[in-house]
Amino acid sequence: MKIHEYQAKELFKKYDIPVPKGGVATDARQARSVAAGLPSLPAVVKAQIHAGGRGKGGGVKLARTLEEVETLAGQIIGMTLVTHQTGPEGRTVKKVLVEEGLDIAKELYFSIIPDRSTAKVVIMASEAGGMDIEEVAAKTPEKIVKVPVEPTLGIQGYHCREVAYRLPVPPAGIRPFLAMVRGLYQLFVDYDCSLLEINPLVVTAQDGIVALDAKINLDDNALFRHKDIQDFRDLDEEDPLEVEASKYNLNYIKMDGNVGNMVNGAGLAMATMDIIKQAGAHPANFLDVGGGASAEMVENGFRIILSDQNVKGIFINIFGGILRCDVLASGVVEAAKKVGIQVPVVVRMEGTNVEEGRRILKESGLDLIGAASLKDAAQKVAALVR
Amino acid sequence: MSIFVNKDTRVVVQGITGKEGQFHARQCIEYGTNVVGGVTPGKGGQKMDNVPVFNTVLQAVQGAGANCSLIFVPPAFAADAIMESADAGVDVIVAITEGIPVLDMMKVKNHLARTKARLIGPNCPGIITPGECKVGIMPAPIHKPGGPIGVVSRSGTLTYEVVHQLTLQGLGQTTCLGIGGDPINGTNFIDCLVAFEADPQTKGIVMVGEIGGNAEEDAALFIKEKVTKPVIGFVAGLTAPPGRRMGHAGAIISGSSGTAQGKIAAMKAAGIHVCEDLGSLGELCGKVFVHV
Repeated sequence: MKIHEYQAKELFKKYDIPVPKGGVATDARQARSVAAGLPSLPAVVKAQIHAGGRGKGGGVKLARTLEEVETLAGQIIGMTLVTHQTGPEGRTVKKVLVEEGLDIAKELYFSIIPDRSTAKVVIMASEAGGMDIEEVAAKTPEKIVKVPVEPTLGIQGYHCREVAYRLPVPPAGIRPFLAMVRGLYQLFVDYDCSLLEINPLVVTAQDGIVALDAKINLDDNALFRHKDIQDFRDLDEEDPLEVEASKYNLNYIKMDGNVGNMVNGAGLAMATMDIIKQAGAHPANFLDVGGGASAEMVENGFRIILSDQNVKGIFINIFGGILRCDVLASGVVEAAKKVGIQVPVVVRMEGTNVEEGRRILKESGLDLIGAASLKDAAQKVAALVR
Repeated sequence: MSIFVNKDTRVVVQGITGKEGQFHARQCIEYGTNVVGGVTPGKGGQKMDNVPVFNTVLQAVQGAGANCSLIFVPPAFAADAIMESADAGVDVIVAITEGIPVLDMMKVKNHLARTKARLIGPNCPGIITPGECKVGIMPAPIHKPGGPIGVVSRSGTLTYEVVHQLTLQGLGQTTCLGIGGDPINGTNFIDCLVAFEADPQTKGIVMVGEIGGNAEEDAALFIKEKVTKPVIGFVAGLTAPPGRRMGHAGAIISGSSGTAQGKIAAMKAAGIHVCEDLGSLGELCGKVFVHV
């Protein structure tokens, strides 16, 4: 799960991580009054969307007067901000973060990520702050300091010192930096983060260390134990069909194509999307219905898939094993009738009573095309879109 | 022969009195798996059909001689269940549970390195040595005993599709295992390849991967150096969009890494026969494995 910069900074404050003074605003007047409450100008007005590259896209502006704050906030709120991470359609900005400008002496990069291959939490830092870290990693990997922390041991003083002295942090900043690393690691594990990134982490002219930006992603698997984080969810940042699908416990991701699909199992669902592409069409979605292939689930799946106007055909690929195909077929027929499907549906099922299932599809009077094997199904899907 | 589980495996089912636990314990018993006990804290002394239920895994190990656990415990408690089994001294732990927090699994992995237990999963369908022992939720009828093909996969139903096609070709399986769809798991491809290479009955291997992480790339390098038996590979997710979690927590393309294209290239570079059309996988297996 992603959260906004201002929400990440709220979490930072809980752990005494220094952030610029500031506040959130949803309209230009509010932005102005936030700025009026800051110790001094200039102020920075920053679009709040779940994507990086906001500065380059024109969503981050410096304001020297309160009037400028109000004008710029008025321009940014409501704009469609396009960055290299939003896709060409961009994102509508609903909120801005108005912060005091800082006297920046140095920009650092800092992040914490779980390393799946070593099963350690890795602290990464670099003097190349404010830049694209993937580029730094590719061109000058020696500029990146990496300190792995074994999670059953937890963060130790020497981990923090390792980062501080290898960066290196200027001597006057070492003490606050050490405290900050410890606090950030603690935040990371307390909230089950999947990514914590500060780019740039700023050393100010006054030798302070301040998180100028803040990006936190949270492990979806752990949300059950973080009710406060669940409240941070911003539905405006999610695709409406995906939000709808999640209400039915359907694992649905919208894509751009014309053949909808419904599969049990994520790996098989990905492979099914690939089959659709190979058949000369394009997948309209990813949809994993998981273990339960009930009539109700199929019906909900149909509704979600068909809410996408681009869908010209549907491919159902269910490998049941214990699942009775006649039961599934009846469910598909029932759902298709209820939803009033107008597009052809290729159905490939494996499990017990396969022949009976195919018969039920055939005799339904609906455009439900039974497929015998995956190969057969692929050919029938190709015919759908020809 | 086989790898990791066989007819001598003695299974304790953690979560045996729950809906999933009961259903699948019965399915395993029906297959012939030796389920010697179950664990549900607070229900020790009861029975699930003829299976004694214990309060703790250690009691099941001591009281019923369990050497393998099968875990159907909800995500909030699954890491605890895995570590309990490891400390109780079982050899193999199969964790079916999907949705365990990543940081929990990190701790599990680091802790298990201090024990002798092999963890398979989590978020996996389990492991089956056809004809001998099923420790998981896979549909038994699609499997053909006697080998000679070993199957290892990150997926569940996609694995069944692969096994189904192998069986239709007359190619039986020595052992099939799902290593799971999570980013951090107990057993990776290389662990299985080492075991398959050492197993005299396994003459060919099918490896089923998907987007996310480096497991397939690492396995490809290993296969090039250390595996003499023919390997067929398949990778799901050529059409997956970057940055999205495709069902499995571990199935996510980050930046430029973890793509299906990259994995397929790595496999080809290592001499692995890559199946690019899932519908024809069985035929490819028939061709490649004709001499095994």
